[in-house]
Amino acid sequence: MPAQSIWTLLSWGPDGWSDDIASGVLVTIALALATLPIGLVIGFFVAFAKQHEEPSLRLAGNIYTTVFRGLPELVTLFLFFFGMPLLLQYVVRLFNPDATIDVNSFIAGMIVLSLIFSSYASEVFLSAFRAIPKGQYEGGYAIGLSKWQTMRLVILPQLIRIAFPGLENCWLSLLKDTSLVSVVNLAETLRQSGVAARVTKHSFLFYSVAALIFLALAVLSSIATSYILRYLGRREAR
Amino acid sequence: MSASQAIAIDRPPPQARGWSRARILGYALVGVWVLFGAGIVAYLVYAWNAEFFARYAPAYLQGLGTTLSLVAISMILGAILSLPVAYGRMSKHPILSGLAYCYVYFFRGTPLLVQTYLVYYGVGSFRPELETVGLWWFFREAFYCGVFAFSLNTAAYQAEILRGAIESVPRGQWEGAASLGLHKLQTLRKVVLPQAIIVALRPYGNELILMIKASAIVAIITVYDLMGNAKLAYAKSFDIQAYIWVAVVYLVMVEILRHGVEWIERRITIHLHR
Repeated sequence: MPAQSIWTLLSWGPDGWSDDIASGVLVTIALALATLPIGLVIGFFVAFAKQHEEPSLRLAGNIYTTVFRGLPELVTLFLFFFGMPLLLQYVVRLFNPDATIDVNSFIAGMIVLSLIFSSYASEVFLSAFRAIPKGQYEGGYAIGLSKWQTMRLVILPQLIRIAFPGLENCWLSLLKDTSLVSVVNLAETLRQSGVAARVTKHSFLFYSVAALIFLALAVLSSIATSYILRYLGRREAR
Repeated sequence: MSASQAIAIDRPPPQARGWSRARILGYALVGVWVLFGAGIVAYLVYAWNAEFFARYAPAYLQGLGTTLSLVAISMILGAILSLPVAYGRMSKHPILSGLAYCYVYFFRGTPLLVQTYLVYYGVGSFRPELETVGLWWFFREAFYCGVFAFSLNTAAYQAEILRGAIESVPRGQWEGAASLGLHKLQTLRKVVLPQAIIVALRPYGNELILMIKASAIVAIITVYDLMGNAKLAYAKSFDIQAYIWVAVVYLVMVEILRHGVEWIERRITIHLHR
């Protein structure tokens, strides 16, 4: 094989690797975006439980964050990726003895990242809950709103504004954590760069490309969040 | 009939703790956790395998040692390296602060896994060059590469912690010390740092916990740390308890550290509580 210049290696098409890496980038973005809403919803409800007056709800919420913040991301991923098929297989074989189960690495990654993201996001939501004075709830009840209406119309809009900067940090670490799913063979950015590195023997080049892609995603996110923040700020001013 | 008696009579009855919806839900969720925990304990008892334990427990202990030494060395090297970076971040010199900003942005903006690959596979691919410089022995060992990548990474985070803590001390403290005739280094050591440490303790504790959790990554570049030994045990035995045990060990470690940091924080802020 003739020595290829790095420009051929980075070109688009059969000789270059840009198209493969670009498909990996799409998978990374898809994984992060698919995780975000699930993680936010779970995180919100966990935080809601952790600031509830009912002690058993608080306990359940605290166990959740202790477990998923205490376990290394990689251990959670492996436990889930290798353990879940065993469990599902055990259940399914009760009905159909020949069934075999494979966990899709995208789905496994999505679930594990949601668990991790939500446990961090719940802490952010919790401190936002604590920043909202009790009078806001009481005011809501006093004008005849139900509990749910107070939460939706009075508390939530303020909560999002307070929690936003913290959630931005959670999003950035989610973006970085997606790279871990490459370990269970999901063809995302790092995985595709790794394949390119192994085939072409230009490891430094391709891993640098992967690093720069993650850096670019972080920069893009902060541009996007500054727009959203400005939008939220405008809402507040009115 | 006095006023105090009337108040005593009119006191409202204690609120009844009935079975509200929230309480039922809370008990149900705690019940789910209890079932989950009991399930795992039951599984470990059911799958108890003396042979497995005898074969892999020493390896796990050794792996624990590797993990702890990796984290300890990286934290210390990172702390040393974070000093110039934090200095650069706070300096008014544009080139110096720009360089420090880029360093911090790069290491905080990219995944640690990518950085580790970049060092182990990326730098390691320049073998002839490294051999001529005489650094090949260093980049050949996965453990050293892990320490190298982790130190650079944690230096970026620690520099930000340090900067945040020092900047949290009001400027008047610097000015007051200067008016007493202390020079800058004395001010930093005797006035600013004692106040900054209180602010920095919790972030430093969090960084230590994050490092312990992140150190599982080195298992992927063939270091036999705690996670690496779990991977090996799983590959040999196909027994999921390999990962359950390692999860328990990590969880215990993190909880001990977290409570330790909270205890220290209570001790050193004792003069601030009234």
